[in-house]
Amino acid sequence: MGRITFIDSGQAERPADFSPGESVMTAAVNNNVAGIDGECGGELSCATCHVYLPESLAALVPPPSADELEMLEVVDERQAGSRLGCQVRLVDSMDGMVVVVAGEGS
Amino acid sequence: MTTTYDVVVVGAGHAGVAVVSALAKAGFAGSVAVLGDEPVLPYERPPLSKEYLTDGGAAPLLRTEAFWSTDSVQLELGAQVTTVDPAAKLVHVADGRTFGYRKLVWATGADARALRVPGATADNLHSIRRLSDVDRLRRHLTARGRAVIIGGGYIGLETAAVLTGLGHQVTVVEAVDRVLARVTGPVVSRFYQQLHERHGVRIVLGETVAGIATRAGRAHGVHLGSGELLPADVVIVGVGAVPAVEVLQDAGAAGDGGLLVDDLCRTTLPDVHAIGDCALQVNRFSTSAAPVRLESVSNANHQAKVTAAHLVGAPPPVPAVPWFWSNQYDVKLQTAGLFAGHDEVVTRGEPDSGRFSVLYLARGRLLAADCVNVPADFAGARRVIGERERLDTELAADPGTPLKTAVLAHA
Ligand SMILES: Cc1cc2nc3c(=O)[nH]c(=O)nc-3n(C[C@H](O)[C@H](O)[C@H](O)COP(=O)(O)OP(=O)(O)OC[C@H]3O[C@@H](n4cnc5c(N)ncnc54)[C@H](O)[C@@H]3O)c2cc1C
Ligand code: FES
Repeated sequence: MGRITFIDSGQAERPADFSPGESVMTAAVNNNVAGIDGECGGELSCATCHVYLPESLAALVPPPSADELEMLEVVDERQAGSRLGCQVRLVDSMDGMVVVVAGEGS
Repeated sequence: MTTTYDVVVVGAGHAGVAVVSALAKAGFAGSVAVLGDEPVLPYERPPLSKEYLTDGGAAPLLRTEAFWSTDSVQLELGAQVTTVDPAAKLVHVADGRTFGYRKLVWATGADARALRVPGATADNLHSIRRLSDVDRLRRHLTARGRAVIIGGGYIGLETAAVLTGLGHQVTVVEAVDRVLARVTGPVVSRFYQQLHERHGVRIVLGETVAGIATRAGRAHGVHLGSGELLPADVVIVGVGAVPAVEVLQDAGAAGDGGLLVDDLCRTTLPDVHAIGDCALQVNRFSTSAAPVRLESVSNANHQAKVTAAHLVGAPPPVPAVPWFWSNQYDVKLQTAGLFAGHDEVVTRGEPDSGRFSVLYLARGRLLAADCVNVPADFAGARRVIGERERLDTELAADPGTPLKTAVLAHA
């Protein structure tokens, strides 16, 4: 078990426990983090899991696949740390890090 | 003793679980009970005709077990609601228990439509709606068997793709003259027919099923109206879904072919909402003023958010453009909007290239788009549909021009 902190779409801090190996999206969904719907369950079809990773965290994960990049090209408010949360696996060394939820939503 | 909850949710599927999360996100502090008739933790349905059918393994849970162990939500599994008393605000469960509600959220989804032909009770005849259906189907699959799939809709075709990948010899029987006829236009239907045929699936169009040939309670073939017998080791029925509305309609809720709800998802019964596959609602993205019933995860989620907002007294979320996805082989379809009522069709890109989109317009405005392996078009279409923009159809036909560039300036 580890714990990361989401800054949700309402700018509130939401701590979330995670099991190593699960995705940023499932950690958010299981902790009712506003702004992450994970509508397609991680199929790279919906982009309702858009997050900004800090550089420290981005450095610990493999870069986006071609399919993820194609979806990222069309999300609203893309930034340098933009990733689709369903494609980012959490590992122990990410404990304590902060992930920002992109955009509007509920 | 009867406990009364601020909110009782009936049905622990996509919509029922989404309303629990939406309430929590909205800061709802009241008591919530969720009553689901299935004996397993709530799970995702789309993988049932995709990854879970392919690989089996762990159930694709919607939420972890830990999510349900909090005090704020009481999840009751194996609890089938048999009657609702809207005057006393009580729901009765088959095992004799009774739950009181201040607000009731009905989220019972739909059941697989049964095939009504002789032999349809055969032991190796399956539908794909519940996790237990797929577990049973997987047990019946013999190596490199012959599968006949009745119904050429999304679920039938996704199943055909998975079974082909697993080495089965697959035939799809469709009653009308093209596959996916209910959900898309002829260009996309033709694309998917050819895709399946290239993978070795036989597609039989415009054929009815006269009966299932059985021996000792097991199907060994499917009799077609033409007289042909298709040999089968397993038969899968994917002929649509019937909304689970009986219990609430018996309690007095109105609606023909679904539970009629207003724009806040309220049924005609006091303090009773209905959401998801069972709800019938006027949709602002439909060309018709008649209410529609949508079967998609996005609709279940959106109606759950509308309901939760209403229950906490918050303004409703902005209307969401309906959308759906389907994965078959390595082809990803994303569809946005509701295509019924279109008067013009524009194809962007070459279907033979495996990357193209089909746009459906009504009086110059974009109504819907089917995007095959083009996520950019899907994202663009969702925006253009949401803003009800008019398109320059000549520009829109050029796959090199982003859709938003094809929007006509306001007159
Ligand atoms: C095989 C398959 C593939 C799909 N693929 C996609 C896809 O790719 N994309 C997409 O957007 N959508 C897809 N869908 C549709 C999507 O799954 C549904 O739209 C969604 O599940 C609807 O959610 P719901 O909560 O209304 O219904 P459900 O998820 O069906 O949940 C309803 C629950 O209520 C329970 N229930 C019913 N009656 C009672 C009662 N009286 N008491 C207690 N409990 C009761 C049911 O057993 C069920 O568990 C697919 C559906 C299927 C079956
Ligand atoms: S959950 Fe749909 S793209 Fe990530």
